Amino acid sequence: MSVAVAQAKSDQSGVYEREDLLNGCQAVAQGVRLADVDVIAAYPIRPYTEVMDALSKLIADGQFDAEYIIADSEHSQFEIVKHASSVNARAFGGSSGTGWMYGMEALVVTATDRLPPLFVVGNRALDDPGAFGVEHNDAMAVRDMGWLLCWVTTPQEALEHVLIGYRIAEDKKVRMPMGLAMDGAFLTHSQHMVKIPSVAAAKQFLPQYDLAERRLHPDNPISVAPQINEDWVMELRRQNWEAAKRARGVIKDAYKEFNNVFGSRYTEPYYFEEFMTDDAETVLIGVGTVAAPARTAVKRLREKGQKVGYVNLRWFRPFPTVELRDCLSRFKAVGVVDRDFAHGSPDNGGILMHEIRSCLYPAKQRPAIANFMGGLGGRDLSIADAQKMYDITQQAAKKDSMDGFVTWIGLRE
Amino acid sequence: MSTAPTIDYEKIKGVHKIPLEELYTSGHRTCQGCESATTMRGFIKVAGSRTVVTGATGCMYVANTSYLTTPWIVPWMHTQLGAGGSSAVGMAAGLRALKRKGKIKDEKINVINFSGDLGAGDMGIGGISAALQSDYDLLIIMYDNESAANTDIQATGLTTYGAQTTFTPPGTKHPIMQRRWKKNVAGMLAVGHPTCRYVATACATFPPTDYLNKVRKALSIGGPTFIHTYDPCPKGWDYHPRYSNELGEFGIKSGLYPLYEIVEGNVIYTWDARKTGKGRIPVKDFLTKQGRFDHLKEEHFTHIQKMVDEMWDEWEIPGVAPIKGILKARI
Ligand SMILES: Cc1ncc(C[n+]2csc(CCOP(=O)(O)OP(=O)(O)O)c2C)c(N)n1
Ligand code: SF4
Repeated sequence: MSVAVAQAKSDQSGVYEREDLLNGCQAVAQGVRLADVDVIAAYPIRPYTEVMDALSKLIADGQFDAEYIIADSEHSQFEIVKHASSVNARAFGGSSGTGWMYGMEALVVTATDRLPPLFVVGNRALDDPGAFGVEHNDAMAVRDMGWLLCWVTTPQEALEHVLIGYRIAEDKKVRMPMGLAMDGAFLTHSQHMVKIPSVAAAKQFLPQYDLAERRLHPDNPISVAPQINEDWVMELRRQNWEAAKRARGVIKDAYKEFNNVFGSRYTEPYYFEEFMTDDAETVLIGVGTVAAPARTAVKRLREKGQKVGYVNLRWFRPFPTVELRDCLSRFKAVGVVDRDFAHGSPDNGGILMHEIRSCLYPAKQRPAIANFMGGLGGRDLSIADAQKMYDITQQAAKKDSMDGFVTWIGLRE
Repeated sequence: MSTAPTIDYEKIKGVHKIPLEELYTSGHRTCQGCESATTMRGFIKVAGSRTVVTGATGCMYVANTSYLTTPWIVPWMHTQLGAGGSSAVGMAAGLRALKRKGKIKDEKINVINFSGDLGAGDMGIGGISAALQSDYDLLIIMYDNESAANTDIQATGLTTYGAQTTFTPPGTKHPIMQRRWKKNVAGMLAVGHPTCRYVATACATFPPTDYLNKVRKALSIGGPTFIHTYDPCPKGWDYHPRYSNELGEFGIKSGLYPLYEIVEGNVIYTWDARKTGKGRIPVKDFLTKQGRFDHLKEEHFTHIQKMVDEMWDEWEIPGVAPIKGILKARI
């Protein structure tokens, strides 16, 4: 199942407004405009900040209408977003690295209150030392909190996932906050040509936000998040889980509808994308911009007759367990590329690898697993690095032992 | 900005004119004599039902709003301990955007947050400062029981000098562990936020109706506003619940807790011992009515009295009322 990205419908159809050279941040800002967001709260931290720069300019120029609030900290920023969402306003925020962690308390309760604003995370390493480069531990920190979380790989996807994200998050069956992660610098600040949907098409795809019986308004006098002691926590956590389960179906439907409106841009099973995997024996899997060097490496290795492919994992929460198990158990060996680190974890590897290994455990045929810690703190992951990772993964298939399978790529030793 | 009219509330003249309708009702389990609960009940009575309320973590959350029951007849939402200001901004911004874009009816809706002295005065002060810099219609009420009451009476930046709390127990080496002077939150906020048109200090029960009218005034003036209330807490202050009202009054009359409002930069004392002709009551008379000051010795009372006298004679409310020392020096 190799990916076939069909041509988007032509501009004459009225689906697209224009095409423009945008970086990831600017693309997200366009998505926020098209989603007709009502409340935006900003606080600076590189590299996500440029989303807010772009939004404030759009508002200043009258290109769209939203309350734009400069918060005094990420904690306030996220609380503003959460509370705006509670009165039925579509709300937007975001951050990077330590800023994301500073507001963590608010991020947690946004999920437990089952509110569906969208936050962008321009992934950044966690201080100290002060580092601006991409690392995924920031966004991953919400993985156990009841969030939707996905990674995009191009500015086009970034724009589109603002619309897709709100649609899924706000669905009555879901109502979970949406984390839209993109790699700092490599995506936040690299420019691509982006097709910008028309307002009418965006409207057709994304219904109005409606919290209905959960909205706070004098006409609907409810109490939200009363204190529960130990009596009901189990049931509420279970409800979060049920929502995440339902989200899997809603995600699929959202992509189908997206393809209906905008042309067939996304292929099944949507949670991830396969590249040259049809007859592959060895694949790498990763999130975000790892896709770029990995795909190029695949093409070069294919020219040499090697049966390799790449799986780009888009949705990390909810984790596409069944689909990914079916997919990965077809191969002899799977190399998981982690741009994060699970300190002191069972295998001393990455978070992604641990999730994938766990997902594969019930598979009838388990592939050999290799794990790569690479690109931490923004270090480049080159095509040569990717080729090396394919080599090691192919070797893994021939080994009997399952131990010692974590390799740090490009580490000064 | 919303085109909704500001509410022009009638001034309440006398306790018999207080609205009868309760919007904060049964279903809570605060202590007997909890003055903070009276503060809650009061503000929503006078604000009325076209109001949304956010309440920060603390006694007024945990002891008020238990799952499967709620005392609130108006929409209410819990907010995190340090998020009083930002919760109000979020709601006010959301409502304003929805009204402007025609997604809901354009009408005046009050947004009120209440947070405790720890939440508002310590942890959440940054968010409240930012809220008071905004141009949203919102009111933040900091209810001050001089402790983190909910977590079992720990000292906060607003606890009275010398008070015993679980974080500030008297000991053989250090007879007083609470050696910080009460933080002047209302004054600090008033002086630093030119867009904030109303700041007041109040007490739910003294003088009668004063607090209720301050809430009404804040909501009528509009924009971001702030009220600090002084709330005796029988559990934390260690006295019989029947004395709550009197203790509030004594705190004010001793001069420990100045009562004033600041309307567009002008300070108006709403209780001023200098004008009653009777003077302030000795702080010792107030402090010895509470178990939390049992360990104080004569020298401590003298010290506290000296500090209070100095406050009224020398600096009053720093940054808001003229700093007399400096004025004298200039003249
Ligand atoms: C971030 C955070 N830290 C600590 C707590 C624990 N906590 C809950 S209530 C409370 C005390 C709040 O004190 P205050 O704001 O004065 O309100 P009160 O309890 O006196 O009504 C604390 C410390 C918390 N809920 N959140
Ligand atoms: S501990 Fe104090 S503030 Fe808390 S409910 Fe009791 S009296 Fe009220």
